Amino acid sequence: MRDGVIDDLETEKAAVAEASPIFELLNGFVTELRNAGLPVSLSENLDAIEAVRHIPLEDRSAFKAALAATLVKNHTHWRSFETLFEVFFSLRGAEYALDGDSDDPFGDLDPDDQDGPPGAEGQGQGGGGGDGLTPEELAEMLFQAMKNNDQALQRALARQAVKRYAGMEPGRPVGGTYYLYRTLRNLDLDAMLERLMQEAQEDAGGLTPLEERLERDEYETRMDGLRKEIEAEIRRRLVADRGAEAMAKTLRKPLPEDVDFMHASREEMTNLRRAIYPLTRKLAVRLARKRRHGRKGPLDFRNTVRHSLSYGGVPAEPKFKYPRPSKPEIMVIADISGSVAAFARFTLHLVYAISGQFSKVRAFVFIDGLDEVTSYFDGVEDIAEAVHRVNTEADVVWVDGHSDYGHAFEVFWENYGNEINSKTTVLILGDARNNYHASQAWILKEIEHRARKLFWLNPEPKAYWDTGDSIIGEYGSHCDGVFEVRNLRQLERFVDNLV
Amino acid sequence: MSHRFETVDEVRGDLAKVDYLADDAIAGIVYLADRLGKPILIEGPAGTGKTQLAKSVAEMSDSRLIRLQCYEGLDESKALYEWNYKKQLLRIQTESGEDESWTEIQDDIFSDEFLLTRPLLEAIRAEDRVVLLIDEVDRVEIETEALLLEVLSDYQVSIPELGTLEAKQVPLVFLTSNNTRELSEALKRRCLFLHLDYPTMEREKEIVLTKVPDINEHLADQVARIVRSIRSLELKKHPSVSETIDWARTLILLGIEQVDEAVASETINILLKYRSDIEKALKEFKTNSAQVFTPAS
Ligand SMILES: Nc1ncnc2c1ncn2[C@@H]1O[C@H](COP(=O)(O)OP(=O)(O)OP(=O)(O)O)[C@@H](O)[C@H]1O
Ligand SMILES: [Mg+2]
Repeated sequence: MRDGVIDDLETEKAAVAEASPIFELLNGFVTELRNAGLPVSLSENLDAIEAVRHIPLEDRSAFKAALAATLVKNHTHWRSFETLFEVFFSLRGAEYALDGDSDDPFGDLDPDDQDGPPGAEGQGQGGGGGDGLTPEELAEMLFQAMKNNDQALQRALARQAVKRYAGMEPGRPVGGTYYLYRTLRNLDLDAMLERLMQEAQEDAGGLTPLEERLERDEYETRMDGLRKEIEAEIRRRLVADRGAEAMAKTLRKPLPEDVDFMHASREEMTNLRRAIYPLTRKLAVRLARKRRHGRKGPLDFRNTVRHSLSYGGVPAEPKFKYPRPSKPEIMVIADISGSVAAFARFTLHLVYAISGQFSKVRAFVFIDGLDEVTSYFDGVEDIAEAVHRVNTEADVVWVDGHSDYGHAFEVFWENYGNEINSKTTVLILGDARNNYHASQAWILKEIEHRARKLFWLNPEPKAYWDTGDSIIGEYGSHCDGVFEVRNLRQLERFVDNLV
Repeated sequence: MSHRFETVDEVRGDLAKVDYLADDAIAGIVYLADRLGKPILIEGPAGTGKTQLAKSVAEMSDSRLIRLQCYEGLDESKALYEWNYKKQLLRIQTESGEDESWTEIQDDIFSDEFLLTRPLLEAIRAEDRVVLLIDEVDRVEIETEALLLEVLSDYQVSIPELGTLEAKQVPLVFLTSNNTRELSEALKRRCLFLHLDYPTMEREKEIVLTKVPDINEHLADQVARIVRSIRSLELKKHPSVSETIDWARTLILLGIEQVDEAVASETINILLKYRSDIEKALKEFKTNSAQVFTPAS
């Protein structure tokens, strides 16, 4: 039965695909979205096909919006969608009338550019008005375009800049970032921004700090726009060279929730930090609900009788006693050295964001020395700020600033060991890379005895555990659980189960 | 089936006539929803005009707005329908003397007359054009979402005693969510999805000009720019569009024509609610930003 329906849909899809090449293209696009991890269902695929029928195909932004509305149901997937959209629909201009670039004063990519090498430096001939400019003239034109916010001209110059400076050659196995870097280095946007600011100062005869800030934000927005144009142009040329499918594959980026804490780029880090607020809010709401609805206790006789009065004495609506389970106390002990620092930051942030779920949260951080940082979080509104202080101010270096779990555990045990009791849950965060120091694993055994639970969260992939100087196996044998927590998704799951 | 709108531009234009400033994506999705007969799920930060969009669409298309406000614990009897059992009891009592058969009574008491219609059913049974707003759907338990599915995909409601009631017209449906929890895949699959983020600086300025009658171009521009700058900071809570409007109105009331550092710091509590956010923002605006911000390269 189910299969039958799907067959029908597949047939319909095939029939539609036959009808027009745009639908074939759409199918390829959806396949790539799925490859990138977006959960596009069959019915959504059909909705997209149906939707674009109502959209004039030459209206590129409406076309994009129609696809987004039907295919992307989670905002954190937007970037992946956008990148893939560029790859799939940027080059098919003439053929599908999707290229909204008629406002380009220098004309589109030259036809000969598309088969031959896309203009390496100095090679571009007869590609329209931009080629005759000297580098200085180009820079000056760009400056004026930025200053006057002339977006059509910015776009044209972005193309020209890529053509000249990116040094793109067909078949070269380098990624877009390399070309982007080369282009931007030649344009020196930082210097341009300073010049723009300077002129703004002069034009206005001096700016207050507030005005200056607003000006700068305006110009930076424009710069971002220009950078996007440059990226888009590079992508267009790469697609022309390599084909959409191959490009989509090299561009495949993990979704924010899947980004590895240990290997996040700067941009990914920023995205992660943005993702954490909505996530903690969501988590807090969910946990609060769980507490309220979680368990049904024994019948609350008095309450039931009280309510039965409104039913003429019939106990129609049984009432239950909600047990108030005592909240656990949490102690977090986190390695904040180098590569695991980001992981510790996110975990501390998350734990404090839901600290209402615990009777008490205490935090300890270490590298080779250990320091309690609980007070950093006392009464602060901005957890991120406190986490930042932890990383910069805590006293965690004892000898050489290389992780020494054994020594850190010793210090912890000596000073705080007797404060652990049967209500305490202890979380240890780190990769258990002990630089071949003594493990002092007996301390964990003692902690496990005293505490309610002892868990270890390790940001390394399981495959690396117990290789080199990692002794997670030895430590783990004394814990109630050891978990691989490489990304937000895994962290959220762990915290969810913890409460 | 007749459509409400001819073109995307018409949607945008008509929305502007009722003081709602839509961008291409917003106007486009409203147009598509009408064409495809699909609900729109709108998600985004607080105060970005999610609820207002549904209201404004109702207003501009001369439709009746039916609103289901969601809350934790919302159930079938409040969302769909309920039998009026007091009235049913009364009916049974008054008839009990006569020799009417139980089947007859049963047929009678499970008829329209004894049905209490709630928003979802009301929207389905409406004869006139309606816009159905299911506001803050993320507040109901995930199990309760299932109640919505039949209505949203087939525009019908099954009532065991009455059979299936089908919609006389396809209502335009808006669901809003503040994203406090993940909605079910089943629900999302049935909807067109719109992430309603903060507007661009230009659009926010237009919104301010429309919503704050006495404001002039220059002040509206300043307001929108400052709000944009504040939103670029990492804060606990960013100012919403309604807070922007409130701020602009306050400036007008105070007779202010130009926002400088002093005005900003005296009135910023209208835009920002957390002490730490306020401190952060004021610090940013007082220092020379060239030192604070090294432009990204
Ligand atoms: N595009 C817009 N055009 C005109 N006014 C707008 C627009 N967007 C927001 N507003 C104004 O912002 C106010 C708040 O919008 P609304 O209540 O719809 O926000 P919301 O997204 O539903 O927020 P919440 O998540 O808190 O429910 C509206 O009453 C309206 O005045
Ligand atoms: Mg609302």
